[in-house]
Amino acid sequence: MKSNINQSGSQNMATSGGSGQVAENEWLDNSVPVTAPTKHRRLPNPGGFLGFILVFFWLVMAVIGPMIAPHDVNGLVSDSFFGPISSQYPLGTDYLGRDILSRLLHGAPYTIGIALLATSLACMSGVVLGLVAAASGGWIDALISRVQDAMIAIPNKIFALIMVASFGSSVPLLIVMAAIAYMPGCYRIARALAVNVMTMDYVLAARTRGEGLAYIIFIEVLPNMLRPVLTDFGLRFVYVVLLLSAMSFLGLGVQPPDADWGSLVRENIQGLGIGAPAVLAPAVAIATLTMGVNLLIDSLGGRAKR
Amino acid sequence: MNEIVKVSGLRVAARTDEGVDLPIVHGVDFSLKQGEVLALIGESGSGKTTIALSLMGYARSGCRIVGGSVRIGDVDVLQLSDAELANLRGCRVAYIAQSAAAAFNPSKRIMDQVIESAMIHGTASRQQAQAKAVELFRALALPDPENIGARYPHQVSGGQLQRLMAAMALITDPALVILDEPTTALDVTTQIEVLRAFKQVVRERGTTAVYVSHDLAVVAQMADRIVVLRDGQIQENSPTEQLLAAPAHPYTRRLLAAMKPAAASRASARVEPVEQEKPLLEVRDLEVCYGKQVKVLHGIDLQVRRGTTVGVIGESGSGKTTLARAVAGMVAPSAGRILLDGQPLSGTLAGRTREQFRRVQYVFQNADTALNPKHSIEDILARPLRFYHGMKGKRQRERVAELLDLVQLPASIAQRRPGELSGGQKQRINLARALAAEPDLILCDEVTSALDTVVGAAILKLMADLRRELNVSYLFISHDINTVRAICDEVVVMYSGAKVEQGERSTFRAPPYHPYTNLLIDSVPEMHQGWLEETQAGRGVPPRIGVSANAEGICPFLARCPVRIDGKCNTTPPPRVRLDKGNEILCHHRDIELLQLEESVPVAAAG
Ligand SMILES: Nc1ncnc2c1ncn2[C@@H]1O[C@H](COP(=O)(O)OP(=O)(O)OP(=O)(O)O)[C@@H](O)[C@H]1O
Ligand code: SF4
Ligand SMILES: [Mg+2]
Repeated sequence: MKSNINQSGSQNMATSGGSGQVAENEWLDNSVPVTAPTKHRRLPNPGGFLGFILVFFWLVMAVIGPMIAPHDVNGLVSDSFFGPISSQYPLGTDYLGRDILSRLLHGAPYTIGIALLATSLACMSGVVLGLVAAASGGWIDALISRVQDAMIAIPNKIFALIMVASFGSSVPLLIVMAAIAYMPGCYRIARALAVNVMTMDYVLAARTRGEGLAYIIFIEVLPNMLRPVLTDFGLRFVYVVLLLSAMSFLGLGVQPPDADWGSLVRENIQGLGIGAPAVLAPAVAIATLTMGVNLLIDSLGGRAKR
Repeated sequence: MNEIVKVSGLRVAARTDEGVDLPIVHGVDFSLKQGEVLALIGESGSGKTTIALSLMGYARSGCRIVGGSVRIGDVDVLQLSDAELANLRGCRVAYIAQSAAAAFNPSKRIMDQVIESAMIHGTASRQQAQAKAVELFRALALPDPENIGARYPHQVSGGQLQRLMAAMALITDPALVILDEPTTALDVTTQIEVLRAFKQVVRERGTTAVYVSHDLAVVAQMADRIVVLRDGQIQENSPTEQLLAAPAHPYTRRLLAAMKPAAASRASARVEPVEQEKPLLEVRDLEVCYGKQVKVLHGIDLQVRRGTTVGVIGESGSGKTTLARAVAGMVAPSAGRILLDGQPLSGTLAGRTREQFRRVQYVFQNADTALNPKHSIEDILARPLRFYHGMKGKRQRERVAELLDLVQLPASIAQRRPGELSGGQKQRINLARALAAEPDLILCDEVTSALDTVVGAAILKLMADLRRELNVSYLFISHDINTVRAICDEVVVMYSGAKVEQGERSTFRAPPYHPYTNLLIDSVPEMHQGWLEETQAGRGVPPRIGVSANAEGICPFLARCPVRIDGKCNTTPPPRVRLDKGNEILCHHRDIELLQLEESVPVAAAG
């Protein structure tokens, strides 16, 4: 219907500004670019708004958390272990009597930073490989795809365990490990999207202009698949957070005395029986972060469909 | 006779994103008598379909019928409840849509779908309905009426499916049939068969119908009365003869003028070829295969001289696009050569130089997908300037403005994105992008077929002007012989991947033609009543003919050719014959025979 209204002045098309928008695929919709938040015309829905608040809060905490922590992160500041919530220790104390809030704030950069870096690495390499595969086709495509298929066949957690068992745990290793584990998924999505965009006439037009591979990939194709790639980024970030937390919970993640949120849960697991806030607080932190990211990307996806 | 349909003061509004009601049909009145066929004609967006749908009490999502009344017989459609409407639709009022393929369920047999509405509304028993369907199939001139119902939709052709859909609509003997652009998606040679079948059925059964179309020539064959619409308002409502002979409204006159391509104005633009001059583009014995064995093009020879336009015409699937793509380097030929100014062009994109890319530009059929939705118009036009000519900064901006001016668009458009332009504007940008390269040859693939008549005519005129100013050559691909005859210096007719005829434009005005060209020309609706009854084209398919086993390379048109010679056409490949008027055809017949056959065709084929 929209196009009908817009074209109703077709006799003076040369001058009128009809916006005969043709229905496009979801990811080709260009009305609300994710990359240009300044153009947002509508507020996201309540869920999306909550998600945005949560994500924003944790991102800020990842940066300033260690600075605003009230106590020394490793200091045995309290006599009571598994202490309750009090004005001095807002989230109680842990099994050694350390302040949980401070430990949580110091853990934020680990959990969020490692996950963010790993996800970025996974997405970037996946997208670039997907684009190259889709644009080249033929044996290059086949080779990359088969290698990725082989990688996707290895379960993530087993892969992570093997990596840590063979090389020992360190922050760079965790980042690389998580990135490798999640790259094939990014690759698959990116390639599927790129193959679709690749068939559009404007890409063909660029080819017949004689453009090189890099121009076609980054200028013509990538902008048209940015939204679903970003959505995918959010989802994968959640998985990486959960993977890293699981690794730490098993004692294979960030090593003591440093602690990310997963390690905090593990350290204080005995407190579970007595309902200590020390074990609940990091679990809630993980839950709110992942839920926030999920809510935020859900709202982006929903708006894309309109 | 009594009025069976009466529409008065009909108003429909659409709700925009901002929640404001925007009227799209403003107070329309018309009525239909029993057995009358009324046509609604207008450009896209003029509200044709909206009005047609409201006759069934239906408004598309986002739209609302806000006022007026629609009476069919003695019921007011707009006052009915949903249940009563459901009963009305498909039983009292039937709708035939543009795309039959989308209306049929691919997994069910045709017969079950055709009689479905009779079953639902309980108007007949299964046996009765099936007998009636077969009768309708016969009336619609479908092949093998007894058994075609047992097939699945993908096992019949597009034209047949369209006729089957008519049978589906007529099975309940509706009081009113609405046909919404029923032949727009078909080739002219198929369209004529469908039109003829429709017309016969409508006449025989005294059906009352509303025929929606943008093509005045088609409507002239079908309708007793024509309503011309524009911007949701009736411009003119007259009987067909009167409207064609003496259009009252200026807009109707414009529409009539746009339907007749301006051939006269183009004559002066013709560049006299210098005989010895090397052709700009030369295609020699080109052959293209998709996959291993499927030959999509074979034995194509073609020359385009500087500053001339060569038209390529043929039905859907005949290989027109493939030819242009091979020239552009998008598909690699399996044999043959493509020469630009005598220099061989590589078959693949990788083998061509930037200079060769610059000299041959391609304009795509579908303007919507040919422009990147994420780039601004300025980006789109600036890229070839920088890429081919190294232009930057101020000069580049000036040149973009010049190009926009050249295609008659305001410079202010430069900051917009393609999604914010109309179809005609997008096609102009497409053309401007090709011109930015300063090419010698522009390959135009159906550049106007997605556009309205009036807008399309403006684009064609623009192309002709540009050719005069810039001395570019066009390879102009189209399925519309009128357009090709109007703007091209030379015409190539393709059928099933082979070039069946080639000649100067003027030679396409009178016979003799190749039998396929003949069919093509005769199938184009003419703007006068009774043409459908007079023309000889599309009068049934000739009977099957045996083909000898070793008949490699025989005429591709054999199965449909009304003048084939048994014992010759089905055994030996046809030779290339030069007719007296200078045309080259691929056929066993020669001049005199073709001229004589011209008269004997109806006798041979009508039986
Ligand atoms: N990529 C492909 N693979 C296999 N067959 C193809 C491919 N592209 C086109 N064809 C076939 O090649 C033939 C010619 O196609 P082409 O697109 O050139 O036709 P056309 O004359 O341009 O038709 P239209 O008027 O519908 O655009 C058709 O039979 C088509 O089905
Ligand atoms: S060669 Fe025979 S079959 Fe082919 S077009 Fe000529 S007469 Fe018809
Ligand atoms: Mg085509």
